[in-house]
Amino acid sequence: MAKASKKPEKASDSLASNQLLEMYWFGRLAREIEERLVILFRQSKVIGGLYRSLGQEGESVGTAYALKKSDAVLPLIRNMGALMTMGIRPREIFLQYMAKGESNTRGRDLNIHIVHMPAWTRDLALTADQGRPGVDHDEPVVVGPISMLGDSIPVAAGIGMGARMRGRDLVSMAWIGDGATSTGAFHEGLNFAAVQKAPLVVVAEDNKFAYSTPISKQMAIKRIDERAAAYGIPHEMVDGNDILAVYDVAKRMVDRARAGEGASLIGVDTMRMQGHAQHDDARYVPKTLVEEWQKKDPLTLFAKTLMDRGAANEKRITEVDRMAKSYAAEEADAAEQSPMPDPATVARGVYAGDDYAEPTLEFVKSPFWEKQ
Amino acid sequence: MPVVTYLEAIRQALFDEMARDERVFVMGEDIGAYGGAFKVTEGLIEAYGDKRVIDAPISEQAIVGSAIGASYMGMRPVCEIQFIDFIACCFDMLTNFAATSRYRNGVGVPIVVRGPCGGGVGGGPFHSLNPEAFFLNTPGLKMVEPSTAYDAKGLLKAAIRDDDPVLYFEHKFLYRRIKDEVPDDDYIVPIGKAAVRREGTDLSIITFGAMVYTALEAAGTLAEQGVEAEVIDLRSLAPLDRDTILDSVAKTSRVLLLHEATLTGGIGGELAAIIGEHAFGYLDAPIMRLASLDAPVPYAPSLETAFLPGVTRVVEAAKKLVQY
Repeated sequence: MAKASKKPEKASDSLASNQLLEMYWFGRLAREIEERLVILFRQSKVIGGLYRSLGQEGESVGTAYALKKSDAVLPLIRNMGALMTMGIRPREIFLQYMAKGESNTRGRDLNIHIVHMPAWTRDLALTADQGRPGVDHDEPVVVGPISMLGDSIPVAAGIGMGARMRGRDLVSMAWIGDGATSTGAFHEGLNFAAVQKAPLVVVAEDNKFAYSTPISKQMAIKRIDERAAAYGIPHEMVDGNDILAVYDVAKRMVDRARAGEGASLIGVDTMRMQGHAQHDDARYVPKTLVEEWQKKDPLTLFAKTLMDRGAANEKRITEVDRMAKSYAAEEADAAEQSPMPDPATVARGVYAGDDYAEPTLEFVKSPFWEKQ
Repeated sequence: MPVVTYLEAIRQALFDEMARDERVFVMGEDIGAYGGAFKVTEGLIEAYGDKRVIDAPISEQAIVGSAIGASYMGMRPVCEIQFIDFIACCFDMLTNFAATSRYRNGVGVPIVVRGPCGGGVGGGPFHSLNPEAFFLNTPGLKMVEPSTAYDAKGLLKAAIRDDDPVLYFEHKFLYRRIKDEVPDDDYIVPIGKAAVRREGTDLSIITFGAMVYTALEAAGTLAEQGVEAEVIDLRSLAPLDRDTILDSVAKTSRVLLLHEATLTGGIGGELAAIIGEHAFGYLDAPIMRLASLDAPVPYAPSLETAFLPGVTRVVEAAKKLVQY
């Protein structure tokens, strides 16, 4: 039988103008939040370190945009774009970075180590309500990382398996950096997910450096997606700074996971444009490499795509950029007003029965959201 | 009331809880068709199928990590660690991920991680461990170790129904050696409550697991010599039942702490500190500790016998204590 000569249709071709603008918004918002965080960091209002995703906003948005709002995300520190895409209110990020008492972790844990479980996860009776409006089917499962990188992958596999046991339509997506793909937990988790055909999509980011260690000292393979080859699951490499290319691969992988075809891995070629955290001047990164990737900034490239596709003109894009900047500033100001946690609560909530305050996480819709 | 083995009591708890609650499932190495290395899960896969009895690869991090994830989705996973020594391979998942989750995010991790612990069976350095001290310094975890079949069933049911991660250590020496009356009806043994196994007035031997039987045998010998030892079976190692411990000390004024894990940094040190802080005024003699010697668990029976705290050493220590 002759092979079909027709080029396969790309999912991104059918994205409407408002959806394209929405994706741009999430990426821009992620960047503006981090710009604001840098100011707060310099004012010593951010507690501890600040880890940026500059240059990686595109792949975070492109992958997460392929999910339903009710799916599960396990982001890493450089996936601010994914958190915005899942609808997490920016104020939550600022509350976390400033260790506020009203933050998701109530000052117990740092930066994006946030967790959210929709009500259905606790209530067996809610399983049947899937898809019924007005329950909580629009809320994602969110599991922030712990600092032992790689641990997210077995947990993400278990989320997929557990949701399947509950009869939920849920795809679990976990992001991981090149350094963390060297951990045992990553390999154990990916192998188990493969064997169990868990509805899992792993996004493995080759951003060239794990702290100061170049990828050449991390793995002997040339393409990070080949990490998945030994586990018998589909894997593809994609240009991480081309948001729509990322979205197209992610959509395929998410769709097959949702159809019960099991786990897969997306290898993302991108670049960490700053040091590991704000304290790190990244002197170990060759200047030419940074210059090369500066020409491939994902948001600049995507703005051009928006114009090419007639989704926005230059004026509109400038306007959206301004909106993102002022929204980030407002949200930061709102978070600054929040009190620090009460020291009297320090030993509370270690065990069940001593929970002193229900942690919350607020979700918002983008200004470009339209009911499909 | 039916008399069943310690092992059968654990098996019954798994069957009962899986029947009672559709969220309960089990995961581990060789637990399906083979029924587990010690046959604790025998028949489970026939009864509940491979969706609820999951044979896992040799990947303790994946087993415990995916259990955490599934518990987030409302499930109640029970993980089997084939020999509890291998719990070291998922130490990170337990101490960093599971134990901190509720404190950090208000989301509990209701998982049970169970497995055979303990020596006395020629298992050598990697099939004989008693790991409780590794985890005692980790807030957020609970730990239990039954010594009777009745407790084995009741504590496992309590662990599965608990909203926090529970490590459930089952002593392999007791699996088929211990039999007692175990009700068919539903019951639990609450986590955090010790049991007085023998009443006495001259000293308290505070212990748990297989050492309960060593202590009871020693207490019998001591009684023949006119020394009445009280034997406390902790059952729960985290949290500890301070009331029962301190009540016994107040009654006997002499304490022998006995455990099978090695001495230095063992749970005996924590017990001694609690007693020293809260019952110093009652003591008529220094607190004594008796445990395995500070070495890896040896293989040869002659070495292992010398390594473990046996009845003779318990009797000698107790006599020293009452003569102080």
